[in-house]
Amino acid sequence: MMGKRSLLTGAHFMNGDVACAEGAIAAGCRFFAGYPITPATEIAEHLAERMPEFGGIYVQMEDEIASMAAVIGASYAGCKAMTATSGPGFSLMQENIGLAIMTEAPCVVVDIMRGGPSTGQPTLPGQQDVMQAKWGSHGDYGIIALSPSSVQEMFDLTVEAFNLSETYRVPTLLMGDEIVAHMWEKVVIPPPEGIRTLNRKKPTVPRDEYLPFKGGEDMVPPMACFGEGYHFHATGLTHNEQGYPQTSSSKVQSELVRRLVQKISLNADKIIKFEGIMLEDADVIVVAYGIVARGALSAVRKARASGIKAGLLRLITLWPFPENQVAEVARHTKAFVMPEMNCGQLVREVERAAKETPVFSLSKLGEDPPTPAEILESIRRSV
Amino acid sequence: MVQTVPEHPYAGYLRSAMIPHIWCPGCGNGVVLNCFVHALDELQVDLDKLVVVSGIGCIGRTAGYINADSFHTTHGRALPFASGVKLANPELQVVVVSGDGDLFAIGGNHFIHAARRNMGIKVICANNFNYGMTGGQQGPTTPLETFTTTSPYGNIEHPFNLVHLAAAAGAVYVARWTTLHVRRLTQSIKKALQKEGFCFIEVVTPCPEIFGRYNKMRSGLEMMDWFKNTSVVENSSDPAKADITFERIVVGEFVDIEKLSYEKMLHEKISKINEKAMEQVS
Repeated sequence: MMGKRSLLTGAHFMNGDVACAEGAIAAGCRFFAGYPITPATEIAEHLAERMPEFGGIYVQMEDEIASMAAVIGASYAGCKAMTATSGPGFSLMQENIGLAIMTEAPCVVVDIMRGGPSTGQPTLPGQQDVMQAKWGSHGDYGIIALSPSSVQEMFDLTVEAFNLSETYRVPTLLMGDEIVAHMWEKVVIPPPEGIRTLNRKKPTVPRDEYLPFKGGEDMVPPMACFGEGYHFHATGLTHNEQGYPQTSSSKVQSELVRRLVQKISLNADKIIKFEGIMLEDADVIVVAYGIVARGALSAVRKARASGIKAGLLRLITLWPFPENQVAEVARHTKAFVMPEMNCGQLVREVERAAKETPVFSLSKLGEDPPTPAEILESIRRSV
Repeated sequence: MVQTVPEHPYAGYLRSAMIPHIWCPGCGNGVVLNCFVHALDELQVDLDKLVVVSGIGCIGRTAGYINADSFHTTHGRALPFASGVKLANPELQVVVVSGDGDLFAIGGNHFIHAARRNMGIKVICANNFNYGMTGGQQGPTTPLETFTTTSPYGNIEHPFNLVHLAAAAGAVYVARWTTLHVRRLTQSIKKALQKEGFCFIEVVTPCPEIFGRYNKMRSGLEMMDWFKNTSVVENSSDPAKADITFERIVVGEFVDIEKLSYEKMLHEKISKINEKAMEQVS
């Protein structure tokens, strides 16, 4: 029998929240701070049990503001750290997500989307936070957000989220939804040596030469942690490469904020993942992400069976938005169909990238994601 | 004739690139910083293992002035940030230096919960009775019937008694001094740095440029006179009776007890669970 202090290597039947928690452990996460909220609570519950087995920390904070602050503190103390929440908590976290962006603290934030606004529909799915993921905290910045479509991806993309956050020193968001979180599916967990994990770059220079906020060739600064003898300062204020506040220099503001944006945008092709199915000859392409992409695939197959050349572009990376990739397929297709569980959010990005190619939005709110029949109907109307 | 000025004996504790500080003439924050540095020096604290965390506000700039690892958080969030640091690496000495508005208005919830958990963080709070950095607005410690830019007709909110609040929330060490009590304040900081668990030191601080301006105490000296003429040392007295008024400021050590810290309890639990998990592996 597998020991408790090991990854659950092998095939399992589990729900998405648990798969996410196991993915975090597999990625090397050893700190979780959170606050109970449906439909993300099972992530916290599972990690409360599992973290100590790996010598890791689970702490339940007084709210989501504190959870996010504690995650940044743990990240700066050298831990891979994460929190998990849903819409109302995600709103509270925006303040300190901004702090993590400004101080370039690697960390993972899981948002299991439910219906909003406000308390909304706690037990039902939604995709209403995808624009908040990009623009939720004030100021300009780059961010990474991933969208899992299956329980397997709740595991795989959690590992990926940690790798991206460590590589680019940016909070990385896993934008799940209530269905992928609560659905039970087969998950295959690889042996530890089969899981690629990445760690933040460390400084190689002595203390006096260390510039904690000077980007390298990839625009990402090496990161010293507390207690390593570097005596560095980090602040949410606009700061120079030394980390010292420079609140009245437009040059420092411009250099810092542009680097925070460009370390993501200029590395976008390395970050972005998507899946293309039957795109080559497609007259109409369904663009979908998260649980909605499952029904979309079914609709695309049905369309093919009825003689319509349909394809699926499944977005795995939502931010940075795969603008070039959408633009590329737009040149060979006649129309896009975009089903979403919101009033039409990411469809605006698709429209921007698609230029003259028409984009049809299929917006649906409430209990069920757009069904294959509804998406098929949109496909038919678009051609 | 050019004279070489010898380096200040405590220069090594400060980040020279960040000095001069931003504080106004007559402000007491320099005294707080001075006492903190004295305490670090007298205890020979290993600066490699010290983390100073501040929130937003005048005293919040302290983190930047100390030559150790330091972090200047969002407004009110110094304590939950510091909790993450302490839990992730309990070997670090984690000190939060922040103001009354930061710790008790926007950060009030974090304060009571960090104290309740007995998180091993040392908190030094400069209480200047108002929001100084934004120009002197009324806050959670502003005395009744005093004037600020947002209480132009006199403050009608009852202020928090910070030492009472800290004691009730579960802090293992609670003291209050004014910036006049530099030796006692330094001793208190030293004591807190050597104690396990959540320690709280309030420093009543003059803010003549902002708070004093609206309350007939235009100079630092006038504010210090208030502290001098009205403060009484009442060690081990009931913090519930230690309200700050213009007639009387009770100072002293109010709480000094022993209690297992959160991080110690947590890491003991983790070790036990780990041993068990390892047994099952073998």
